[in-house]
Amino acid sequence: MVQVLKRKALALVGNHAVAYAVKQAKPQVLAVFPITPQTTMLEKLAEYIASGELKAELIKVESEHSAMAAIYGAALAGARVFTATSSHGLLYMTEMIYWAGGQRVPIVAAIATRAIASPWSILDEHQDFLSKRDAIWIQIMAENVQEAYDLTIQAFRISEDERVILPVMMGFDGFILTHTMEKVEVLEDYEVDSFLPPRKFNLIDFSDPVGIGPLAQPDDYMRVRYDAMKAMERSKSVIEEIMREYEKLSGRKYDLVECYKCEDAKYIFVTMGAWSGDAKVAVNMLRDEGIEAGLLKIIVFRPFPKEKVQEYLRSAKGVVVFDRDYSYGSGGILANEVKAALYGLQVPVYSVIAGLGGKDVKPIHFQKVMEDLVNEKLEEERWLL
Amino acid sequence: MSLIAKPKRIPKFHRGNAACPGCPIPREIDILLEELGPKTVLVVPAGCTTVVMGDMSGMPATVPVVHSAFAAAPAIASGIVRALRMRGDYDAYVVVWAGDGATGDIGFASLSGAAERNEDIIYVCYDNEAYMNTGIQRSGLTPYGAWTTTTPEGKREFKKPLPFIMAEHKIPYVATASIAYPFDYQAKVRKAKQIRGFRYIHLLSPCPPGWRFDASLTIEVAKLAVETGVWPLFEIENGEFRLTGISKNLLDKKNRKPVIEYLKLQGRFSKLTEEQIKEIQDAIDRMWEEIAARVKK
Repeated sequence: MVQVLKRKALALVGNHAVAYAVKQAKPQVLAVFPITPQTTMLEKLAEYIASGELKAELIKVESEHSAMAAIYGAALAGARVFTATSSHGLLYMTEMIYWAGGQRVPIVAAIATRAIASPWSILDEHQDFLSKRDAIWIQIMAENVQEAYDLTIQAFRISEDERVILPVMMGFDGFILTHTMEKVEVLEDYEVDSFLPPRKFNLIDFSDPVGIGPLAQPDDYMRVRYDAMKAMERSKSVIEEIMREYEKLSGRKYDLVECYKCEDAKYIFVTMGAWSGDAKVAVNMLRDEGIEAGLLKIIVFRPFPKEKVQEYLRSAKGVVVFDRDYSYGSGGILANEVKAALYGLQVPVYSVIAGLGGKDVKPIHFQKVMEDLVNEKLEEERWLL
Repeated sequence: MSLIAKPKRIPKFHRGNAACPGCPIPREIDILLEELGPKTVLVVPAGCTTVVMGDMSGMPATVPVVHSAFAAAPAIASGIVRALRMRGDYDAYVVVWAGDGATGDIGFASLSGAAERNEDIIYVCYDNEAYMNTGIQRSGLTPYGAWTTTTPEGKREFKKPLPFIMAEHKIPYVATASIAYPFDYQAKVRKAKQIRGFRYIHLLSPCPPGWRFDASLTIEVAKLAVETGVWPLFEIENGEFRLTGISKNLLDKKNRKPVIEYLKLQGRFSKLTEEQIKEIQDAIDRMWEEIAARVKK
């Protein structure tokens, strides 16, 4: 029996949907520095705090480096914490991103993805987000405003789970999601309270003083990093478990990946983020043409869901990975991940680089690429200029 | 049985730490912790104290220590203190313990931001006047004429006047101190702990290997810095400037020892010309004229 719940629905832009989720998660300390396209989220959070709807300290820091440093400090002292940034802000706080990951502190950060200068661009790209892939952070990415809301709430729970204890970054596409208004079904506050138990993590205990982040001799350092690797691996099943629990609460299904008509598909797109919606439209257009297309959407990028990628793609005739990012001198970042996951499986993987600096990508672009693949006209790597 | 009991003091900062011989840092932290007590968090950015604090096998501190990236300590401390207050802890002290490079150079934006927000933090800069932990490279707080590995001919610029720059942030408390005058230093920590908001204490910390003097002379050198007027002891409480300790008697130039007495003990100043020494002396005298103007106010 499926229980149909009548949900409160709001019309929210992405930034406000994430702010709403943050308000319900009740962090005690936030530190945020303005940057386009994240700024309206910061403004909304400041409003919530000023009105008393969110009882928290908002540290109005002088830089993103200090934003991450401040919530790192607050997280050590037992507070649930949150920050949000984008592009240059994310790069500027990178030192502290690594510090938080290395120390393994529960932190949630929302990243409005955006291209990186030079030259200047305030528009969408995944380069900023993916440049943090080795920082010992769990990275998840939303396709739409609803997912940005849902994943933010789940991020707090995943981050603080005692089997995980890792910071979590929730990426959502700058402007395409941050500034787009969608209908969002929100949970009631008491439901979020039941899903998110009070935080236990605290390292500042005056009755048991410890040194946090001291010098490590090589043996100790290696061991600490090994433990982080294990925690990251372990988090896969914990994330799945938490997502199942969230599904019971919300009625919305989440997993490490989403398979859209990919079970029986011969030709499969792999995407992350907002344009997954365009890819779904393209899948349907291709199916109308008689091409058995499907989509594998990566929701959790770190830890990379290698097993799921193998499971869904192992018998594909062709896989096309769309990257809104690039590792210069190597290839599409997601494409490289997919190729590594499929190593030894003889699945042809094609890479498409598109949408850099906010360049518009539409379903027809996906459709055309797949038609070319079917007609054996697609290069191993294609840039949609 | 003797009627005189030997005073017994349990150190708050254990010996056997990794400081160099003659380094004042362990004693400076010990005095700080004696005054502030066990409910103190030390936030330590990259620098000599990172090493002094030992490694993962143990630390000399008896309070929680949070190690920090070079530029991040004031912001980390801001986060810690906000979190402690949110959890209802109003009597714990959050202290940044930072060197001159972390304070005046790489971490200055973060420091200035925390001061502008008037965060409830005590900030102590232990100023050994160069990047000593990386092997004696000049900082913005290295004095004019001093040799370092990156100023082999002597530094051409004057020291950044950080206590005055911090005072311009209009924070409730700014003080200078010296390990040669431990009671003056301790009294300033005591005063700072009774105030809420951003409190800044700047400690001149002579460094035997970096300043090129014998490890037995640390206190001697620190004392001469004060006696010659190079390092005036003062406090600025809610904007009110006050000289403290022996510096109160140094407004009259006659009472100040010539700077050469301070300089000649240190190998880092060994290449100074007569002209440069005069320049340094003139700069000190000018600074004291400015101080006299502040005192009159």
